[in-house]
Amino acid sequence: MTNSIADIHQADVLLVTGSNTTEAHPVISLEMKKAVRRHGAKLILVDPREIELSNFAAIHIRPRSGTDVALLNAMAHVILAEGLEDKEFIAARTENFDAFKEAVKDCTPQWGEDVTGVPAEMIVEAAQVYGRAGSAAIFWAMGITQSSHGVDNVQALANLALLTGNFGRPGTGVNPLRGQNNVQGACDVGGLPNVITGYQPVADENVRAKFEAAWQTSVKIPPKPGLTVTELMNGVLEGRIKALYIMGENPMLSDPNTNHVREALEEIEFLAVQDIFLNETAQMAHVVLPGVSFAEKEGTFTNTERRVQRVRPALPIPGDARRDLDIICDLGKRLSGSNGKTSSDVIRPVSDWNYAGAADVYREIAALTPSMAGISYERLDPHGLQWPCPAPDHPGTPILHKEKFTRGLGKFTPLTFREPAENPDEEYPFVLNTGRVLQHWHGGTLSRRSEGLDWIVPEGEIQINEEDGVELGIETGDMIRVTSRRGEATGKACLTNKLPRGMVFMNFHFVEVPTNALTGAAVDPVAKIPEFKVSAVKIERV
Amino acid sequence: MIKPDRIVTTTCPYCGVGCMLNLHIKEDIVYRVTSPFDAPANHGNLCVKGRFGYDFVHAKDRLTKPLMRKNGELVPSSWDEAMGHVASRLLEIRDQYGPDSIGFLVSAKCTNEENYLLQKVARGLIGTNNVDHCARL
Repeated sequence: MTNSIADIHQADVLLVTGSNTTEAHPVISLEMKKAVRRHGAKLILVDPREIELSNFAAIHIRPRSGTDVALLNAMAHVILAEGLEDKEFIAARTENFDAFKEAVKDCTPQWGEDVTGVPAEMIVEAAQVYGRAGSAAIFWAMGITQSSHGVDNVQALANLALLTGNFGRPGTGVNPLRGQNNVQGACDVGGLPNVITGYQPVADENVRAKFEAAWQTSVKIPPKPGLTVTELMNGVLEGRIKALYIMGENPMLSDPNTNHVREALEEIEFLAVQDIFLNETAQMAHVVLPGVSFAEKEGTFTNTERRVQRVRPALPIPGDARRDLDIICDLGKRLSGSNGKTSSDVIRPVSDWNYAGAADVYREIAALTPSMAGISYERLDPHGLQWPCPAPDHPGTPILHKEKFTRGLGKFTPLTFREPAENPDEEYPFVLNTGRVLQHWHGGTLSRRSEGLDWIVPEGEIQINEEDGVELGIETGDMIRVTSRRGEATGKACLTNKLPRGMVFMNFHFVEVPTNALTGAAVDPVAKIPEFKVSAVKIERV
Repeated sequence: MIKPDRIVTTTCPYCGVGCMLNLHIKEDIVYRVTSPFDAPANHGNLCVKGRFGYDFVHAKDRLTKPLMRKNGELVPSSWDEAMGHVASRLLEIRDQYGPDSIGFLVSAKCTNEENYLLQKVARGLIGTNNVDHCARL
């Protein structure tokens, strides 16, 4: 998020798109509802489904799946046509405006209606409400990003915020809601194929030299970015990847095209899994290393607003399990043929894995990362710190891009609408959309072991539109089979008027209803994120 | 009312909101979860998972011993044998096929410190940028 949870209530307008916030980020949805009810903010909701936030929306736009760029370009067209753009902001803080203006020139509301199915008047009204707001904040989640043009979708949202000067003030900004507790942190500390800590690119020779020298390693960091999750699985089947070390993930449930993942993990020469349960992926491993849960370890998580917060051990370690940090240090020792010497440097050489604890590791991260240089465990009590925090006396940064953008000027991106990779057709006439439910979590490894949560939602239902159900002779509770070009899944049907006609909605929490057996292999060309929100499927009674 | 042996302040392990938790513990069981009202992200609010979803910590099927596949079955082993096997297989595969034949999935559920160190193993010891996690999923 460019902004903070604490300033959501200061927005005049909230544009929420591709996020069922109530179910996926429940506590942030409370702030949104407070903004609407107590502070009079107007909510523009973009979601093909009727969701709980629909009850709070001034305008609920329900576009055809995968047509986000068309909708947002048409809104930009209206803002320009009606002179609602922030001319001062555009002149002082942005570039590439003329190319952008040219790109949306023909994106009239009528064109928008033809592509998205949203009435032209509604597009105009939404653009007027967003464009006239004193402060407007945009929020999104995987409904925007999990698309074969996810990067375009995000850039289209950024274009709207640039066009109206909605950056750098409370109640504004572009705010992705991060899904996992520490997905922000895992990205921040180098858990990505193209960047090391604080987004320092591996392609930069100086960055590589800096880390090689600091770690005192004779191994060369390659200049080429590595492979992403989906590419790694393909790499196994192509014979390029021979070993995988998987920590705290269950790609058998969370990756697209499950059958393909299973083939890859059956094929692989060596698979090591570090986890707290013998999940579907661990069952296929050659070695399983038992780590510990959040309640038994020390460390930090970084939340969606870039706030680094403490995690504290509360319980003893079960049985012979080990703290994950200790497992990794043991691995490091063995791989480096360490001589056991302990260094007194803040940044330890790769021959030394004798860290005194998590705080000691964080000191090393801070020493290597300008944007986190001022963060230390001493400063994290009681409320954490939001990066960038470049110095020990820096208060942290609740709002990004106040005076200037990280890159200097904010750049408009001219965009052309592209269709999703797999639209419904005669053979597979329905659109499959996937997401979460409030009571469960991701692959279900944690939440399904919670008796209360599993009692409330014990199975993965397959939602279809009521009228579609009547037409197909399907009733709520019937077993139905959903089939795509990749695989099939069977489960109980649930008829609902909350879905548009032609849509099937499934969550991916239940191994018994393997939703990702159906999803496709299409990914965004830049971000390599799979298109989970649009797959063509057919349904039949079993 | 049950009196806790201790209350530990920590951060919720479910979604990315980052709610602050107080775990109330009696005889090493988390029996109640509350949140401080001055918590910056959640002001004392919690969702159904954040307040009640912690049975998994005490689950009977938690892994408590390293496992190794022998004759097709996963069987318990010592830490020394398991770690020794992981290290020697990774080094063999690196030497035979090159560093880019190995991939590491770090974790959006694990801490910053764990993720940093695992990518340090990948980049600084194996010599590959094949490091990713479920950020896209």
